Amino acid sequence: MARSAASNIRRVASFLTPLALALPVMVMAAPGARAVGMPQLDFANPLVIGQVVWGAVIFLVLYLLLSRSALPKVESVLTSRRQTIGNDLDIANRAKAEADSAVDELHQARRSAMAEAQANVDKVIEDARLAALRQTQEMNARLATEIHEAEQRVSAARTAALGSLRQIADETAQALVRQVTGASVPAETVARTVDHAATARGF
Amino acid sequence: MAAGSTIDALGQFELHPVLGGLGEALRFSQSPLMMIVASVAVLAFLYVGMRPRAVVPGRLQAAAEICYDFIHDMAVDTIGPEGRAFFPFVFTLFFFILAGNYLGLLPFSFAFTSHVAVTVALALMVFVLSVIVSLKVQGAKFFAHFMPAGAPAALAPLLVPIEILSFLSRPVSLSIRLFANMVAGHVMLEMFAAFTIMLAGLGLIGDVLAVGPVVINVALMALELLVGALQAYVFAILTCIYLREAVAH
Repeated sequence: MARSAASNIRRVASFLTPLALALPVMVMAAPGARAVGMPQLDFANPLVIGQVVWGAVIFLVLYLLLSRSALPKVESVLTSRRQTIGNDLDIANRAKAEADSAVDELHQARRSAMAEAQANVDKVIEDARLAALRQTQEMNARLATEIHEAEQRVSAARTAALGSLRQIADETAQALVRQVTGASVPAETVARTVDHAATARGF
Repeated sequence: MAAGSTIDALGQFELHPVLGGLGEALRFSQSPLMMIVASVAVLAFLYVGMRPRAVVPGRLQAAAEICYDFIHDMAVDTIGPEGRAFFPFVFTLFFFILAGNYLGLLPFSFAFTSHVAVTVALALMVFVLSVIVSLKVQGAKFFAHFMPAGAPAALAPLLVPIEILSFLSRPVSLSIRLFANMVAGHVMLEMFAAFTIMLAGLGLIGDVLAVGPVVINVALMALELLVGALQAYVFAILTCIYLREAVAH
């Protein structure tokens, strides 16, 4: 890029140079202009060469001051700025990384806390379910036992009731026969007849 | 300057001793004086500009840093990594010429770049430096440049003198370009200023017409500001190009 710019400038300059050169010549040729020529070419004047010597000294001093003092000063400012900006960027990058990792940790902690809480909830529900189940089973078992015992009691009472009923029937039948006929009937006959009748009626 | 009907366009380039007899004895004219003023201006610009050493620069510091970066990039981009070593030289050259050109535009001032002796000295300095660097970096291979690579050997008697001539014409074109541009600009400013004075001598109609050359001079001043910067840039970039050829292996 610099090269093409330079070549452009060279082209422009090479176009301008003859023009610029021609002008003072035209001025010198113009009527009324002093015919002494250009003061720049008056080398008989010691000041013309004198300015070259002075120029060399001044240029050298300027070069030394610039290269030893002024330009390094600018350079140091530019370098320190680059360093400052670089350091600040580093610090910012580090802070960002720390913040990112903190956010990650937070998310991680939140996720694990959620998982833990969920597990606790699940466990409590499961425990409650198991406890309820066990309680139901115990209750069922106790109820079954109680029902069984009650049935046995009912059955015993029924048996006892039925046994005393036969005896009462026997005695009643014997007493009835004696009252009606006045004759005493043997106990075995009464018992057999009552038994027969009870069986026929479904007792 | 302009007296009566004659235009003395070249009188402005005459050198006069300053500081009386001391200046005469030391051959110290207004030209070296302006060189010192230019150098002090460049140094003051950098020292005062960079004094705050601020991370966020103010205007003057930003200007000084832009100037530094501009020449630094030009030197490094054009010459290559070796350009770092030549950067202070290119910087000095560019701002010495630029300050000289611009200071010469001030009234009652003097443009030392309008003296061919000065520009030839500057161009020869660049030329000698590039030759020394070439010989140091490339040794005897430096002379191989005068025979373009790939050209038939039969053409050597023709090509070599042409190449040598074109090489030797570098300092001539470098110095004449700057000198001629500055002289032309100052001559034109002087001529149009003289037109104004001459027209003003013609009475009322002249007073009106005299506005024309003043307007032209305002435009010329803008042009001279462009030319002053452009010529300093051309001088510096050509120096960089010559130095690049010198450091190329």
